[in-house]
Amino acid sequence: MSLLANLRQGRHGYLLSAPALILYFALLIVPLALTFVLSFNVFDYGTGIQANAYTTEHYRSLLSDPYFYEIFLRTLWISALTTLLCVLIGVPEAYILSRMGTPWRSIFLILILTPLLISVVVRAFGWSLLLGADGLVNQVLQALGGSPMKLLYTPFAVVIALVHVMLPFMIIPVWTSLQKLDPAAEHAALSLGASHFTVMRQVILPQVMPGVLSGTLIVFGLAASSFAIPGLLGGRRLKMVATLIYDQYLSELNWPMGAAIAVALLLLNLAIMLSWNRMIEGRYKKSLG
Amino acid sequence: MAFMQLEGLGKRYGAIDAVVATDLSVEKGEFVSLLGPSGCGKTTTLQMIAGFVDVTSGRILLDGRDITHAKPASRGLGVVFQSYALFPHMTVQDNVAFGLRMRKVPASEVHQRVAKVLQLVRLTQHAERYPRELSGGQRQRVALARALVIEPPVLLLDEPLSNLDANLREEMQFEIRRIQREVGITTLMVTHDQSEALSISDRVVVMQAGRVTQIDVPYTLYEHPRTEFISGFVGKANRLCGRRDSNGEVQVCAAGEGDLSISLRPEKIDLRPAGEGRLQGQLSSRFFLGSQWLYSVSTPLGELTVVRSNDGSPPLNEGTAVGLDWASELLRVLSCDEVPA
Repeated sequence: MSLLANLRQGRHGYLLSAPALILYFALLIVPLALTFVLSFNVFDYGTGIQANAYTTEHYRSLLSDPYFYEIFLRTLWISALTTLLCVLIGVPEAYILSRMGTPWRSIFLILILTPLLISVVVRAFGWSLLLGADGLVNQVLQALGGSPMKLLYTPFAVVIALVHVMLPFMIIPVWTSLQKLDPAAEHAALSLGASHFTVMRQVILPQVMPGVLSGTLIVFGLAASSFAIPGLLGGRRLKMVATLIYDQYLSELNWPMGAAIAVALLLLNLAIMLSWNRMIEGRYKKSLG
Repeated sequence: MAFMQLEGLGKRYGAIDAVVATDLSVEKGEFVSLLGPSGCGKTTTLQMIAGFVDVTSGRILLDGRDITHAKPASRGLGVVFQSYALFPHMTVQDNVAFGLRMRKVPASEVHQRVAKVLQLVRLTQHAERYPRELSGGQRQRVALARALVIEPPVLLLDEPLSNLDANLREEMQFEIRRIQREVGITTLMVTHDQSEALSISDRVVVMQAGRVTQIDVPYTLYEHPRTEFISGFVGKANRLCGRRDSNGEVQVCAAGEGDLSISLRPEKIDLRPAGEGRLQGQLSSRFFLGSQWLYSVSTPLGELTVVRSNDGSPPLNEGTAVGLDWASELLRVLSCDEVPA
């Protein structure tokens, strides 16, 4: 038996994976557990967090206050709309990309990926410059004789910037599944009398569904917990859950309430993503393996 | 007029001629193979007929109709791809039914025709399976069924057997021929495997560097190869130098002494005791092929290959001196095979 195989056995295995495990434990599990405990701590506006006193009050107010419902609901529909738009734009884009010739394909793939190299904050400021009251869009509108529109600090601004940021996370998994397709299958369908539209709908799309599924999960998860874009483009009034948590922690200084909202967002996000995954995967698992 | 006809069919990619002015007539019910090494233009020819590649020059006529520029869907041809190109997300049954559904055939008729064709390719038991659950040979038969079920006027097979292992390939050769005979469908197959082309075709079209160099029935192709290239590509051949004697008969001679290029098949050479025959030599090596022995004999004219069938008698040992003989009418004079550019 080789040294490597020997090392993988028994205690050595744990030893070798220890650095990764420690990192994972210290940076994810511990903070999550602390957040969870924190969400049950009693908070008093005068004296702060009470040690060793626990309550479910934060969760009760989360469930009873319509203010929270509104923000959670807004976060959900903005994330869902972002995901839908990413599917509608990203899937055809990935398909066109996979059909490009050799020099262009790499160039466009890099073009799609380069935004990821720029900070989200910088990109959000870029959008606010474009969409602001006297931004480029409104200047053009006025030059054409229209009246300026309120674009910044609206759901429109948040969705458009989120789609811009999330698109690569949709394109890459879809592109990966497209790479596995046999191009001859398309020819086969055409020769059997299918139109290009039918080929797309009945042959290509069902085969890239696993990629679309991963894309929607990544995009929805990231959008629902996004902070910088709603913070900078949604402003003070248009709150999403992540900006609400931020406010609880840093403006209200109510850390337990912030922790309770964070736990609620995590659970809700998990529930939505798991059931979505189950629903789609169940339909395609049998055929695509 | 032939059922399918190619008239001066050509394809240019930039400055490169992939296929040059190809003429071919295929009769109804005939099985024709396009044979050639890779890059000879045979697949491009097939793809032009199927409609996946635009035609640069010439015409394609099918049953009197000009389909040169028709869309693949409107040609209605059955195509079997090298990779099979099955739809992985559909069952065998749905794969086969696809073409019929596209033609808006009523459901009951679809069911009936799919069942019939699955029986023809012996896959009735696997109708509910997905392609990834099938073996290579079974996938091949699904691809065949899917192409046949639409009852196309012509079946196009693109290297249909090249992804199968040797034993299965032979079995599928006979299977394809059986199905083709049973349905009576006009078939055009592209292959680079000469034994495959010889064993199942009615006629073989040899292509080389974008041009057709010989069209013949398999036996004639093997026995009377027209060029040096074909003699070497179709079966094994000993290449010799020759000249015509005063009676006009062809005689073998040492390299450089004659102006003729001669081909002599290994199985046409007789092994005699040393001292007899036309040529003396020494056995330099032997290979056992099961049903045959392949001997390599060193002679003054070069290394010659001789094939003897394994009739149970003990084989010759390496180093044995032997005489070689042949009937002079079995020598084939070849034309120089440099195709004009």
